[in-house]
Amino acid sequence: MSGEQQVLERIERARRRQPRLRDEHITMAHGAGGKATRTLVEALFLDAFRNPLLAPLEDQAVFSVGGQRLALTTDAFVVSPLFFPGGCLGDLAVNGTVNDLAVGGARPLYLSAAFVLEEGFAVADLRRIADAMAAAARAAGVSIVTGDTKVVQRDKGDGCYVTTAGVGLVEHDVTLGAATVRPGDAVLVSGPIGDHGITILLARGDLDLAAELASDTAALWPLVAGLLDAVPGVRCLRDATRGGVATILNEVAAAAQVGVVVDEAAVPVRTEVRGACELLGLDPLYVACEGRLVTVVDAAAADAALAALAAHPLGRDAARIGTVEAGPAGLVLLRTRFGGTRIVDLLVGDPLPRIC
Amino acid sequence: MRFVDEFRDPARARAVAREIAALCAPGRQYKLMEVCGGHTHTIYKHGIEDYLPAAITLVHGPGCPVCVMPMGRVDDAIHIAAQPGVILACFGDMMRVPGSRGSFLDAKARGADIRMVYSPLDALKIARTHVDRRVVFMAIGFETTAPATALTVLRAAEEGLGNFSIFCNHVTILPAIKAILDSPDLRLDGFLGPGHVSTVIGCLPYGFIPRDFGKPLVVAGFEPLDVLHAVAMLLRQLAEGRCEVENQYGRAVPWEGNERAVAAITRVMELRPHFEWRGLGFIAHSALRVRGEFAAFDAERIFELPGVRVADPKACQCGEVLKGVLKPWECKVFGTACTPETPIGTCMVSSEGACAAYYNYGRFQRRRLLEPSPA
Amino acid sequence: MCLAIPGRVVALDTGTDLARVDVVGVTRTINVALLGPGAVAPGDWVLIHVGFAMAKIDEAEAQATLAALEAMGQLWDEEVEALRAPDPGG
Repeated sequence: MSGEQQVLERIERARRRQPRLRDEHITMAHGAGGKATRTLVEALFLDAFRNPLLAPLEDQAVFSVGGQRLALTTDAFVVSPLFFPGGCLGDLAVNGTVNDLAVGGARPLYLSAAFVLEEGFAVADLRRIADAMAAAARAAGVSIVTGDTKVVQRDKGDGCYVTTAGVGLVEHDVTLGAATVRPGDAVLVSGPIGDHGITILLARGDLDLAAELASDTAALWPLVAGLLDAVPGVRCLRDATRGGVATILNEVAAAAQVGVVVDEAAVPVRTEVRGACELLGLDPLYVACEGRLVTVVDAAAADAALAALAAHPLGRDAARIGTVEAGPAGLVLLRTRFGGTRIVDLLVGDPLPRIC
Repeated sequence: MRFVDEFRDPARARAVAREIAALCAPGRQYKLMEVCGGHTHTIYKHGIEDYLPAAITLVHGPGCPVCVMPMGRVDDAIHIAAQPGVILACFGDMMRVPGSRGSFLDAKARGADIRMVYSPLDALKIARTHVDRRVVFMAIGFETTAPATALTVLRAAEEGLGNFSIFCNHVTILPAIKAILDSPDLRLDGFLGPGHVSTVIGCLPYGFIPRDFGKPLVVAGFEPLDVLHAVAMLLRQLAEGRCEVENQYGRAVPWEGNERAVAAITRVMELRPHFEWRGLGFIAHSALRVRGEFAAFDAERIFELPGVRVADPKACQCGEVLKGVLKPWECKVFGTACTPETPIGTCMVSSEGACAAYYNYGRFQRRRLLEPSPA
Repeated sequence: MCLAIPGRVVALDTGTDLARVDVVGVTRTINVALLGPGAVAPGDWVLIHVGFAMAKIDEAEAQATLAALEAMGQLWDEEVEALRAPDPGG
């Protein structure tokens, strides 16, 4: 075995060890959905709450009550600016939780909503957010049935934070999970990636970039239901949020101990998203979406799955972006447009614009 | 994207790859150094090495302005950021670079107001809109970025902005290349020259490399085809027994450089007598500082800096990686104690550091796309 | 060192050193002082680094580079053709 190969194996062993949380303070990296988040979740929260329903660390927990399979999920919504092209905090708060239920194969039914408001926050803005939540809930077919409100002192919050929890019913006879993925499976995405993240980055105004872009925030249940109705071989579903498609593929590769190979030319990206990413030195694979489905399906079902996605307006630009292979286990590889190959790893924290 | 996509075309790549393979003399090994961190990043990001025969090794050089910054300077910057009323504006590249007590990101977590900008002009804008705060721009980069910083200082001077200054950490590329050439550790066959630095300094300054050291240099662009093309041009020189400076990046690099850009730099900045480079030690006339005339915009004069020389952690072998003596995976702590999440040295944290590039992009069993051609 | 992207000049801000550039639908105001007065006009392509135009992209040179790459490919194809051509003696 060559010296390089020995080092690579040593690294893989090191990566498989349980991560230790060495940070003494929370940094922005912990909220980005990448390695720092994962370490925090595994070394602190999983360590404290340990139980079999939590352990798979999927987007929701699915369990049986009285013979029915229910799904439960929660998400906290923090965004700046609160209002942006394509939506606002309220849309994210409803769609995000609806989508976490949907990707567990559950029809979303009821949401709760808890608000943490900063002293001085404009009531008119709160009304806009609430109205947006109501509209999103109607569109998603869910009701917001309970909630809570707290106020914190000025400068102790970013205007308004919302946490929603959701419960849904698993009606399809499916067992979804990243660990069920196997070599040969096809990786599909429901549309162009990175719209939300770049929209927010531009909307903040610090970078002085302008483009005709809007957040892709949307409720994905009808898309998911259509897919599950049409195709029996769905292994897992995820909605790409912070950390982007790359983070999901890494989670799948790690959970199933398979290799995931992505074809760069096949990944749908809007030209404006690509332009912004090239300018800033960002990779669209890591940029957040808020209404995009990533699904891994049995190879034999890939065509039917694509057709089912494309039949719905939200899946119009669905594409097959890659394939699951036996190895290298736990790694995501990208066959670049240029023809060479490289790894797509989890980032430590947020993707940061670079000049070098 | 025009002027980008054409230079990422895989069909043309295969053609150049065959040319490169055909130019390799049988039984000979080639070591080519790509000086610029931007090239290191491109090479790994597009998987360019898949197109090269095993006989060619690309060695990563010290052209990463973040990587060569000693820990003491990072500490100084954090010290500035911790002063009352200061907003430190910096490029994203700096956020995770480890100082002796944590990175900019950690300092931010402890309460420092550190903001990411895309351009030094954005830092100027912050200074205009926050008149009660002292805004310090962390200026990093080689000759490519120095003109932008210089013009920004001139603008600040024109506007009489009393609350704006820069912490100047600009470095120059030629002394670093000379340090590599003077080093006994390395046997290189040629250099890929830094394309964007060359838009400022032109191609003439590299003349000493073929003349005094007998090594060819090809100024290369940053798209993957540019890199392959430059490798082919170097191999052709070696095959034909030539040794000169060539310009592969003609669409952006004028042979004489950009005199306006050079004038901007010399108007506002001057060379420091010497400067410490991580891994390369003290190098004379290799870094820039603000001229006395613009002292009002020089953070080093405005703030009392600790100025402590901090030795790299014992385990850190960034120096050897930056000189191209060690490949990233040959560093003893690579990938185990030193990872992007827990970086020991700058090579692992900078977006164009050789270790970061290899760890994030290249850390797997590679297969070559083309067989070496028969002689 | 150093991320620089080609962009198309959309408009010049007369009287200032500023110009609006477009990179496939993303626009930003950049400073063109490094290229000199009158050096760029709308429709020109420039190389953008940290909000400054570093160079005007020479389209003829770009074509020349692509042509040189094309030629490499052709040379190879011709050699392969020559190898495959029937031996004139046989």
